[in-house]
Amino acid sequence: MRVEATAPSAEGAGAAAPPAIMLRGVNKHFGPVHANSDISLEVAAGTIHGIIGENGAGKSTLMSILYGFYRADSGEIRVFGEPLRLDSTADAIGAGIGMVFQHFMLVDPFTVLENVVLGAEGGPLLGPGLAAARRELQRLEADFGLEVDLDAVVGELPVGVQQRVEILKALYRGARVLILDEPTGVLTPQETERLFRVFRALRDQGVTIVLITHKLREIMAVTEAVSVMRHGKMVAHLKTAETSLEELAELMVGRKVLLRVEKNAAEPGSTVLEVENLSLVDERGVTRVDGVSLSVRAGEIVGIAGVAGNGQSELLAALAGILPIQRGRIAVCGGEVTPEHPRDAREMREFGLAHVPEDRLRMGLVGSFEARESSILGYHRDPAFNGPILTHPSEILADCRKKMSAYDVRPQDPVLLTANFSGGNQQKIVLAREMERHPDLLLVGQPTRGVDIGAVEFIHKSLIAMRDAGCAVLLVSVELDEIRSLSDRILVMFEGRIVGEVAGAEATERTLGLMMAGVVPEDAGVRAPA
Amino acid sequence: MKRMLIAAGLAFVMASGAAGAAEIKPAVVFDMGGKFDKSFNEGIYNGLEKFRKETGIAYREFEVTNETQREQALRRMAQRGSDPVIAVGFAQAPALEKVAREFPDTRFTIIDMVVDLPNVQSVVFKEHEGSFLVGVAAAMASKTGKVGFVGGMDIPLIRKFACGYEQGVLYANPDAEIFQNMTGTTPSAWNNPTKGGELARSQFDRGADVVYAAAGGTGIGVYQAAKDSGKLAIGVDSNQNYLHPGTMLTSMTKRVDVAAYNTFKTALDGTWKPGIQVLGLAEDGVGWALDEHNRDLVSAAMKAKVEQARTDIIAGKIKVHDYMADNTCNY
Amino acid sequence: MNEGPARPPRWVGMVLIPLVNLTLALAIAGLIILSIGENPLTALRFLLFGAFGYIEGLGYTLYYTTNFVFTGLAVAVAFRAKLFNIGGEGQAYIGGLGVGLVALAFDDTLPLVLMVPLAIAAAAAFGAAWAYIPAYLQARRGSHIVITTIMFNFIAAALMVYLLVNVLIKPGQMSPESREFAPSAWLPFMHEALGWFGIAMARSPLNLSFLWALVCCVLVWAFIWHTRWGYEIRTVGGNEAAAVYAGIRPTRVIILAMCVSGALAGFVGVNEILGVHHRLLLNFTAGYGFTGIAVALMGRNHPVGILLASLLFGALYQGGAELAFEIPAITRDLVVVIQGLVILFSGALEYMFRPQLERLFTRRGAALPVEG
Repeated sequence: MRVEATAPSAEGAGAAAPPAIMLRGVNKHFGPVHANSDISLEVAAGTIHGIIGENGAGKSTLMSILYGFYRADSGEIRVFGEPLRLDSTADAIGAGIGMVFQHFMLVDPFTVLENVVLGAEGGPLLGPGLAAARRELQRLEADFGLEVDLDAVVGELPVGVQQRVEILKALYRGARVLILDEPTGVLTPQETERLFRVFRALRDQGVTIVLITHKLREIMAVTEAVSVMRHGKMVAHLKTAETSLEELAELMVGRKVLLRVEKNAAEPGSTVLEVENLSLVDERGVTRVDGVSLSVRAGEIVGIAGVAGNGQSELLAALAGILPIQRGRIAVCGGEVTPEHPRDAREMREFGLAHVPEDRLRMGLVGSFEARESSILGYHRDPAFNGPILTHPSEILADCRKKMSAYDVRPQDPVLLTANFSGGNQQKIVLAREMERHPDLLLVGQPTRGVDIGAVEFIHKSLIAMRDAGCAVLLVSVELDEIRSLSDRILVMFEGRIVGEVAGAEATERTLGLMMAGVVPEDAGVRAPA
Repeated sequence: MKRMLIAAGLAFVMASGAAGAAEIKPAVVFDMGGKFDKSFNEGIYNGLEKFRKETGIAYREFEVTNETQREQALRRMAQRGSDPVIAVGFAQAPALEKVAREFPDTRFTIIDMVVDLPNVQSVVFKEHEGSFLVGVAAAMASKTGKVGFVGGMDIPLIRKFACGYEQGVLYANPDAEIFQNMTGTTPSAWNNPTKGGELARSQFDRGADVVYAAAGGTGIGVYQAAKDSGKLAIGVDSNQNYLHPGTMLTSMTKRVDVAAYNTFKTALDGTWKPGIQVLGLAEDGVGWALDEHNRDLVSAAMKAKVEQARTDIIAGKIKVHDYMADNTCNY
Repeated sequence: MNEGPARPPRWVGMVLIPLVNLTLALAIAGLIILSIGENPLTALRFLLFGAFGYIEGLGYTLYYTTNFVFTGLAVAVAFRAKLFNIGGEGQAYIGGLGVGLVALAFDDTLPLVLMVPLAIAAAAAFGAAWAYIPAYLQARRGSHIVITTIMFNFIAAALMVYLLVNVLIKPGQMSPESREFAPSAWLPFMHEALGWFGIAMARSPLNLSFLWALVCCVLVWAFIWHTRWGYEIRTVGGNEAAAVYAGIRPTRVIILAMCVSGALAGFVGVNEILGVHHRLLLNFTAGYGFTGIAVALMGRNHPVGILLASLLFGALYQGGAELAFEIPAITRDLVVVIQGLVILFSGALEYMFRPQLERLFTRRGAALPVEG
């Protein structure tokens, strides 16, 4: 069953069109690290081709080579049969390659039209160029079903639409091969489905699509062929129709993985977290959390689902003592927070709360710190680590070593800079720090974002173990699979409100997807918010 | 060219060094303003250059850049066997006091300050007397009865100028009004012609028509503003009448160049003496400048009145209060 | 990426790059000296000899070094919290005021062993107070620290002029300076201190505050890397969001870091006022606060680096004076140009050769990691 990585043979050579992309023996080193090792790849023109692999498998490096960001150390690149030397992104664009990044490269205050034309204005005067661009874009929109209001200001558009702008931008520059890096991370299931319809329309018009993702389901749903990367190597080229989720997962990780978390029914105890009518307004005066009430009991995992940007992040930050609340009340392990009596993160921790933040590098870690320093963040005042004036470096070091081995952080090097760990290992440092203290309440945001599948399994098991040990867990995630497989109860947030609650076992992707779009289906099992 | 002259001078010193013991190895330590400050330090420099051209004797020089270097530079000069050594400016007094004790056989001259040691000659000036004279001239030249004063950095020395000027103005016209502005409180006030010009213009706006600048390089802006507004300005330290003939009423001259020249000259002659030299009107150390550039501006009456004041001061009939005697301008 | 960015050996960043920058600065300075008809090698010899070649010169070099250590550490501590303290000059000035006031008040009554700690405390308190105001404005009002500290330099200068011209001046004196302190309050010079042990040393302004500067290097190192307050400062500097997450209040940390920074800068006053001039006077800071920025930059904001960079700048100041003394054609302005070139190359152009050099010492090219 397993397909060894070999350069695909040129099937039906002669009459058939040359492949859109052909790589042979591409190598790329970063210092001692062999990021891409002898990569060969063939993407047939007019197909949707998936490239799958764990974080750090080398997918993004490979695509960056294709887009001219990096120069390959060796190897051959052909685009539509033409050998190419890619020295800059301009070369790639010239060859008909377009790229849509995870983080959009858009100028928020500009309109859609201005964004698309940016860098391809066609002369010193904007007027004529813009008019021509408008005509061309209208044609593209009609051809591919990519409706976007060309005069809308980009910053005001939903992310799904912004992504369409990125695609339009690439097409406008004449892309015949479109590379998308993790395009569905920020989308609802419905938006994802819509994106896939666009993919199919593009393919039918002859555009080749390369989809980079770590989500196996998407590969199965939309691609025709898939290439699997692991540790910088291509380990398999498969036809999607001939493979399965399980096989892909195994190829990616290199061993059998459990996609579904095994857990027993929860045995909830007393209420640990009680939130009443909580509202939060951000600096710009926008209400982010609007009258949310919820409770979490000891020994249960409550999941909060929702499309990114619907107030979950702010809710989590308010509970953790990072953002001040404007209305309502939080009661946690005997401590109380009201607008009149705000608490900072230090006080919340003293109540018995621990917090795994959504964005570990932005918030949970300090990249320039050694691992041992990051591993005491928030607990650095602990008497165990401090004398009257000086810290106890040996205790801090020992503590870090202990956590690293308990959570299998690699490399197990307490003095390595935090930024030099991989995403999964950084996440393990945060998890170890927050979970090893056996908090009464654990707030967890996006625990597996950017984490390898192998590590995902570990993290999920750890969270279940925390629950079973009697910890109350509040989980915020945009990964529906994760929410569904971990949560005992699921709350769905939309535009700052909780639109409904579903028991974890009963939640279907469709129900949750509708609720995430603000629609509460009349299904059994959905309860209106309290 | 200058380098060549110095080289030639050096060669001459070396050649003649062994010839006679009468030869001297003079040196000078300029202060922070530097030898091209268009004012005090440059006055010294001009005097020394005159000496060098006349005698062909080169001198060692150093321009200090911070407080501590004064002592260092004076000591290095003495260590190198330089004699006499001129310390330029009042700020070098504490440094000189130390170094002069360490090198009792070296002759030092300090200008603008008194250091009371057996091997130090101190040259000070009665700036208040000179300022009194130009104050008299200003009051008489003014049609509005309002005159101005622009000081450099706000320190006692400059208040001494201002105080003498004020007395002179009121002596000639008891009803006159005097506007006083200091350019600033940091040394940059010595070299801020833009600000000087602004201050002068604001004084003109308030009705002043003669302004006296005791502000180093800042004065250049004051004189320019006077020229642009068709008002009169009074220069300071050296004779600056030539800068804008027609609007430079006069200059309060302070002959630091003569003092510097004389130091080297007397040392060469063997007539150099330690002690205090106070150079006032009587000694021609200060004065007012009358030359072809301002002759048309100075009326006979004005000239007579100023000369009368000069004579009276020398004779002791007019006592000009020295601000620095009690740090006030009450007289 | 599973790997971090491939990095060159540490010595490249810490030793080689500063050395290359220094060499380039001196090379360009050499060209300038050549263009005015002097021999650059002779000039370099004078510079080095002046700075290190004889005891008095070495004393001056170390005396300047003392000032740069204080101001360099000051900049570095603030920089660890990502604050750019441009106000070292003003803080040093006001720190000196504190020293001067203490000495003027107690020079007759207090023995030296009490005077010195009191003066050090006063320097720290005054310097910290002067830094506190911009810090408060930054922390609570968001006023940019760069702007406010620059402004406070001017205010400090104006305040000192006012005090010395109107209040503290010794009456009847030409210079705006206070009276001289009683000799019992003078911090002993190094040549005096060594004299107690029978070691003869030429006179120089080097005094015991040099030892205090060395102690401060150790204290700052311990404070930044081995106390929880230093940890909080570095957290705020490294990632302010993470600091808030950890329950660290950035406002407090900003104020703490700036006060420590100001106190360190204030110690320049101990060296200058109690150690060298023995009176309160104007402009004794002579730009040391600003040079401290270059020192900290060159010293990588680390006490060891700062000590070495201070020594370099001390040598440039003293050797530069010697150069101007020995070669009349090289004026003091040209010496400033040479110092400026060193600052330019080690500071502003720091990153000019860094990529190339790092690449040279990193196998097969370096690049930033990209999440895969």
